Amino acid sequence: MTYLANIGRYGLMLMEMFKKPTKWGVMKKLILKEIDELIFSSLGIIIFISFFIGGVVTIQTALNLTSPFLPKSLIGFATRQSVILEFAPTFTSIIMVGKVGSYITSSIGSMRVTEQIDALEVMGVNSLNYLIFPKLIAMLFYPFAIAISMYVGIFGGWSAAVFGGYAPTSEFIAGIQEDFVVFHVVYAFIKSLVFAMVIATLPAYHGYYLKGGALEVGKAATTSFIWTSVVLIILNYILTQLLLG
Amino acid sequence: MIEVQGLHKSFEGKAVLKNITTSFERGKTNLIIGQSGSGKTVFLKSLIGLITPEQGKIVYDGVCLLELERDEQRELRKAMGMVFQGSALFDSMTVEENVGFPLEMFTKLSKGEKKDRIDSVLQRVNLIDAHHKYPSEISGGMMKRVAIARAIVLNPKYLFCDEPNSGLDPKTAILIDNLIQEITQEYDITTLINTHDMNSVMEIGEKIVFLKEGELAWEGTKEEIFITDNQAVGDFVYASELFKNVRSVYIEKKNR
Repeated sequence: MTYLANIGRYGLMLMEMFKKPTKWGVMKKLILKEIDELIFSSLGIIIFISFFIGGVVTIQTALNLTSPFLPKSLIGFATRQSVILEFAPTFTSIIMVGKVGSYITSSIGSMRVTEQIDALEVMGVNSLNYLIFPKLIAMLFYPFAIAISMYVGIFGGWSAAVFGGYAPTSEFIAGIQEDFVVFHVVYAFIKSLVFAMVIATLPAYHGYYLKGGALEVGKAATTSFIWTSVVLIILNYILTQLLLG
Repeated sequence: MIEVQGLHKSFEGKAVLKNITTSFERGKTNLIIGQSGSGKTVFLKSLIGLITPEQGKIVYDGVCLLELERDEQRELRKAMGMVFQGSALFDSMTVEENVGFPLEMFTKLSKGEKKDRIDSVLQRVNLIDAHHKYPSEISGGMMKRVAIARAIVLNPKYLFCDEPNSGLDPKTAILIDNLIQEITQEYDITTLINTHDMNSVMEIGEKIVFLKEGELAWEGTKEEIFITDNQAVGDFVYASELFKNVRSVYIEKKNR
């Protein structure tokens, strides 16, 4: 019953968020600030993780290709498929839930416990629109971060293949060009866009409706991480079945 | 003027406000007093629409708050200023940005006009050198003054203050009380203050509403509170020897 109530309240929150928009002059600044905080400040960790994940995928694929009849280009092929289809959009998103989601829950939660959200409401500001809408718009740029993740992941794979002596550049490049399906990239972008909407709004829900004090802010950040990750994993399954199944 | 009729609110079956009917006049500092848990904060939050009561009416100069849609309530709230117990300043903004926030959100004033308005209200609350400081860099008393400046920057018709003196030293508390009273008279606004502070009652209480266990147990002026024979008010207001003595002196003086 509590789950249903929460889902209902989450839906109402999303609807309320689009009502009574904040003045464009103010909103523009908020959106730019959120793009900086949610997207640009995450690029470092995204690039770092993607590079090494790409490398690990390459090494593991190479070590499992024991048959001499299998071409070395398969290493590049497997790396490309794994990075584009799963590691860049899903793995990176789980990391982003931890980084961006926790930031959103704790920043909005702190505003709730210190009555700053009440202060916004008393002034006549739609606090949901003011606080969450800019985050949602900023997260529309998330697929760009995923594109960078894909590129860096494959680059990490190439580095591991060449410098680890698992495959020469020519074979690796041939592998990443083999049977390339453009829709796989589209699928990854659709997935990352849906994940972005969840990462912007679900942690915000946990912060906005928080009750209690500073201790509850920490608890809410943890709960938000768990639930957002669970929702992403379920959505990942549903979207894969719908788009590729 | 704010009129409250038959206000009732409960949480999980427990009544917190019980059929409260009263009114608050314009240009006066109205004090809501009562023990912790008596329903003062719920009452104040109900008046500004942050909590929705189950029954009753809250009428702002002829407009019933509870009959308005959520967006219409937000419009009405633009005429309200609120000073929260913990000041509720936006901690990522400087003093100047905090005070200028309502101007930024709701007016089309030029940069220069906004600056003039911010300077004038900060001067009004005696804060001159704190424009570029963050809330974490200023004292509790200064934070209250910034909160007051932010609350009055749009020339509100109604001012609400939740425990404006809590956590302040006696001297600063009196300064804040006097500031609120001066602003009330100067801007001719309806001011409601939630307080525990008996000094405030004696200093600025033009109308006092006493809540006990969610009920309106007594209402009157600061002069009437000295002579009331209401037991609940007596037990609360004259709990300390000091105030008992103040009361005796007042009555003695009056009888002379």
